[in-house]
Amino acid sequence: MSPRNTRCRAAILAVVFTMLAAACGGGESVVASQSGASGAASDTVATTADSGPASITLLTHDSFALSETTLSAFTAETGIVVTQLASGDAGQMVSEAILTAGNPVGDVLFGIDNTFLQRGLDADLFVAYESPNVAAVADEFRLDAENRVTPIDYGDVCANYWIDEFGDTPPPSSLDDLIDPAYADLFVTQNPETSSPGMAFMLATIAKYGEDGWEDYWTSLRNNGVEISAGWEDAYYGSFTAGGGPRPIVMSYASSPPAEVLFADPPTDTPPTGVLLDSCFRQIEFAGILSGSDNVTEAQQLIDFMLTPTFQEDIPLNMFVFPVLPDAELPQVFVDHAQLADNPLTLDPASIAANRDGWTERWVELVLR
Amino acid sequence: MALVLAVCFFGFFFGYPVITLVIRGLRSIADDRPSQVLFGSAFLRIAWFSLWQAVVSTVATLIVGLPAAFALARFDFAGRALFRAALVVPFVLPTVVVAGAFESVFTRFGLDSGAIVLKDTVWAVLLAHVFFNYAVVVRVVGTYWESVDRRPAQAARVLGASARTAFVRITLPQLRPALVSAAAIVFLFSFTSFGVILLLGGPGMATIETEIWRYAVNRIEFDVAAAVALLQLLAVAALITLTSYAESKRERARRTGTQAKTRLTAPRGRQWLIIFGAVGSATALCGIPIFTLIERSLLTGSGYGFANYEALGTQVSLLPTSAAAALTNSVSYALMAAAIALVVGGCAAWAASQGSAGARLVDVGLTLPLGTSAVTLGLGVLIAFDRSPIDFRSAWWIVPVLHALIGIPFVLRGVLPTLRGISPRIREAAATLGADPRAIRREIDFPLATKALLVGAAFAFAVSLGEFGATSFVPRRPSTTTAPTAIFRLLGQPGDQLRGQAMALSVILMLVTAASALVIERFAGRDRASGGGFL
Repeated sequence: MSPRNTRCRAAILAVVFTMLAAACGGGESVVASQSGASGAASDTVATTADSGPASITLLTHDSFALSETTLSAFTAETGIVVTQLASGDAGQMVSEAILTAGNPVGDVLFGIDNTFLQRGLDADLFVAYESPNVAAVADEFRLDAENRVTPIDYGDVCANYWIDEFGDTPPPSSLDDLIDPAYADLFVTQNPETSSPGMAFMLATIAKYGEDGWEDYWTSLRNNGVEISAGWEDAYYGSFTAGGGPRPIVMSYASSPPAEVLFADPPTDTPPTGVLLDSCFRQIEFAGILSGSDNVTEAQQLIDFMLTPTFQEDIPLNMFVFPVLPDAELPQVFVDHAQLADNPLTLDPASIAANRDGWTERWVELVLR
Repeated sequence: MALVLAVCFFGFFFGYPVITLVIRGLRSIADDRPSQVLFGSAFLRIAWFSLWQAVVSTVATLIVGLPAAFALARFDFAGRALFRAALVVPFVLPTVVVAGAFESVFTRFGLDSGAIVLKDTVWAVLLAHVFFNYAVVVRVVGTYWESVDRRPAQAARVLGASARTAFVRITLPQLRPALVSAAAIVFLFSFTSFGVILLLGGPGMATIETEIWRYAVNRIEFDVAAAVALLQLLAVAALITLTSYAESKRERARRTGTQAKTRLTAPRGRQWLIIFGAVGSATALCGIPIFTLIERSLLTGSGYGFANYEALGTQVSLLPTSAAAALTNSVSYALMAAAIALVVGGCAAWAASQGSAGARLVDVGLTLPLGTSAVTLGLGVLIAFDRSPIDFRSAWWIVPVLHALIGIPFVLRGVLPTLRGISPRIREAAATLGADPRAIRREIDFPLATKALLVGAAFAFAVSLGEFGATSFVPRRPSTTTAPTAIFRLLGQPGDQLRGQAMALSVILMLVTAASALVIERFAGRDRASGGGFL
């Protein structure tokens, strides 16, 4: 190949790259102006032909699971086909939804919880819809007065302990026990920056000890030898007794003991773990119709369906959380082994959204530096 | 043609989303927060740490990997093919699983507390980086080493140079292009490592990569995330430009040697020591965590057995698909990703080997994905391909395309030193004998590069099998669940059954990888006209 030829190619390449960059910049401004006038944009999109069977897309996090028959029951009933798409954990999913606000990947978002809720509301992710079925749901779960989101399930994030490791000393029974020297070096929890149970526990301490007391609690916890891991997996299977680790107290879920029974090897009828009910933070998961959806009517039907016994009773064994519908029947393993806190700790979503970053930064300073 | 194909693919699927994300982020800047973050002392510390841990990881991996590269390049010994194939295995293992294995090794050997502590230290991070990247050095350098002309070193020995002098003064400079190539890959991998930092580094550790994730996902500050991502891109681009320059400059100066195919010899005497040392150290380093994993997969509630594997065959709770389907998904994605990487990376390498200024741009540009945050890639796709007719956000094939982007640098970097090293004299001779440029490409460049191409493809395949970063951002259907996602899901609930099955699935993923690597290599062995000595 002659030098002239190669130089020519280089020039073409440079032009291609410049055009590419220009195209990107141009495309970007189009997108920006469209989302600026989101009402007009969604109107034009909504004119797409509605032939064939109706179909909608349900966006979830990666922990979402249902029995195969559940969504097909919905399709049989309504004729609406549901495409399910999952991405990342709840944090990733919310971040993605905010990034694509106004032009969502799907119609209904499932799995935003009370720790992320206000962020989603502030970003105008959802359009309001009051399902007739939500009337049966207890008020404690209905955190948005405008019904932009609908509560679907809930669960408690609580410390678990390995029962056999506690003989002479009784297992811990309160959050204060965890800073008692009798329980020094026994507890492993997660970093709130990287883990949702870690975040829940930090919020639990703030709910319990207040803005004035939680920092002292964590200083004491640190002095008492708390271990911090990045995520639930490495805490439970790395440092906790369950995975052969040295620590018999771990931050996990109220539904962990039933899972320990259900997936025990060899089979057992009694869970090896107990729940420290005083430490529980309540997480509520919501579903909402994403603004920008072209299929609002169908999306409303899906929200209604999520609050029927068919959907609600399928939740516990697939996602290990509890249905919000009071008359949904629980599977036997949950009845036998799952405990819920009578007075779980909780915080107002608006206060979580306003302080989340600041609290986390403070936590990092207190516990890790 | 080759150039246009590579540039188009790459510009569309990498350049466009990444630029879109960065522009979107930077446009949303409302105050001077991004600059406050970027120029804050905390971030400077993090940037410095990201850099030095990656440099140390790279140097350590090179030192640990060279003996094995030598052993594989020179000697024919029993189990050689198996050893080569097994090396790629760490690549596909999910970080959660590897971190778990490392931690249990630490606990078993008392390294979690006491005089020597590895748990939650930078040492654990370095160790894991060597574990994951060992194969890159051994394969990239080893493959190149096979075709290095031994005569200059032999001549030096005859003229009285010691073995060490001959190695340092002659062989090492000869290997330089491959060393630079491998080092660049290892550096980028370590620089953008995410799971290892979080899981093994302990709770306080942060790098540029984990910061991008923290700002984008945790704090929803897309402006800061974009600024950090841009900084990461620039740093990586600067580094690759440097290595690319170093690599090609040296290589062109050395084009005089012919590519005499040297036969592998049977090891004798002290040479066995090198082989045992190389294979032994690799087994100790990579083998211990892997054996821990295998042991755990066989451990059931009633002693050792295959119950966890059998459980995978029947019904796995919590998984949206069967484990077999997840494996099938993973393998088919990996095949697609490897094929795309082979074509695009091969074209790019060929174009880049022609040595124009544009070629340098291709060389640098196509290596970028390896040094780009999974967050940047994943979120970029989400906002770039969001309007018809290019609304690809939930298209299933976007996942293998993303995997291919990360695989392309392996093909490119693997094959480029070989292509650049082809002596112009061979091409000239062919031209003199009447071969047109296409015939030269077909008859000379391609056969000589095949092996390096396939080594690159094997890596692209393995990278795809294990990729879980950018993939996790892409909205995926339950039926397309891949093996790493399935493993992650199984480890997401308590219960010994689930954990056992996660370990079993990890081991199967390892076996699939090793078997695939063997098959790919057999192709490499068969395709080469000379065929001598290899496999």
